[in-house]
Amino acid sequence: MKAPLFDYARPETLAAALSLLAVHGDAAAVLAGGQSLMPMLNLRMAQPGILLDINRIAGLDEIGVTGEHLVIGACARHRDVLRSPLVVTHAPLLAEALAYVAHAAIRNRGTIGGSLALADPAAELPACAVCLGAKIVTASIGGERTHAADHFFRGLYETACRPDEMILRILVPLRPSHRFVFGEVARRHGDYAIAGLAMGMGDGECRVAFCGVEPAPRRLPAIEATLLCGDEPDLSELRPMSSEDAPGSFRVHLAGVLLRRAVEALRGG
Amino acid sequence: MDEPFARIACVVNGRAVQASVPVRQSLVDWLREGLGLTGSHVGCAHGACGACHAVVGGVVVRGCLMLAVQADSETVETIEHATHNPIGHALQDAFFERAALQCGFCTPGMILQAAELLAEQPEPSREVIREALSGNLCRCTGYQAIVDAVELAAARLRA
Repeated sequence: MKAPLFDYARPETLAAALSLLAVHGDAAAVLAGGQSLMPMLNLRMAQPGILLDINRIAGLDEIGVTGEHLVIGACARHRDVLRSPLVVTHAPLLAEALAYVAHAAIRNRGTIGGSLALADPAAELPACAVCLGAKIVTASIGGERTHAADHFFRGLYETACRPDEMILRILVPLRPSHRFVFGEVARRHGDYAIAGLAMGMGDGECRVAFCGVEPAPRRLPAIEATLLCGDEPDLSELRPMSSEDAPGSFRVHLAGVLLRRAVEALRGG
Repeated sequence: MDEPFARIACVVNGRAVQASVPVRQSLVDWLREGLGLTGSHVGCAHGACGACHAVVGGVVVRGCLMLAVQADSETVETIEHATHNPIGHALQDAFFERAALQCGFCTPGMILQAAELLAEQPEPSREVIREALSGNLCRCTGYQAIVDAVELAAARLRA
């Protein structure tokens, strides 16, 4: 199908974008990569009054290391994050997970900010953000807010980002003594994950976050504690989603499979 | 709301183009209907099939997931231009020789995606080829001949 009518603006600066968001609020949809927004428009699942194309705003796509964080701008394309030597060095979990994200043509345009803002339950990057203990910075004309990833993803397609805000950047703490691994089960390569796992171990801690299992990614302390002891993971704390093709029990089963593979991968060296 | 339009200026297949486009028109619809470049196809209109591929700013994109207005100030290449590129040309020959197309609907998108793969990985395994083309759906061939064609083109380009 074809997209419905909408107004279109292409702010040249962040200040201009934030002013437009202040004016239009939830009637506005931010257009970055468009790899999730455009399907919604073409299928008429969304009808925003105005699209704010932020692709020409300078400086929103930078990847760098400052202090104790790897900083990735919201408009950094999946393709660039995947290939970035800084990401491969300081947050290889992201590079590993991005190989599972959609397909090459979609990664060429899709952005990390877009993935985090949409908070699709099957999305890889929100789970990685939680596993990494990242911080997500949002901005409005009133200023910036910093959110711990744990508290950013609130539910199905629901984040702490307000209608007058947009995501600016993600800060990933450097954890050189941790090892991270990502795994996913999907029907075909590039399909939405039925279940995916981001896991890290190091400094005497275990960090676990799933995608596709629950409506939003979160840390799972009971699973983490059992894994640290070398026990079978305690999956009872999972509150899985259920669909006809993937009932909750199946997602929990896959969670167990992914945990087993991850533990082996981290042991295997 | 009346249909909003926007003026764009870009380069398409090496030529400067200026146009007034409805802001909601997709890139692939504009290429086809505005410029008559019907080599790019509309299969699913929501980013799943890859028939709509074009090259914008040097990278393959889903033409159904970009707006024509976003091509402003960009460099766009379509399958019509692929023959001018050694990789695209090699793929076109190999697809023909290996019968890697039947109806041809997926073929332009396949060739552009395969060309991007070969530009980055001149000697991909069949597994890597399949993974790279996993976002391109074909209803006719069963993919085997397509993988054969990409392998053949890669070998010829290395020779």
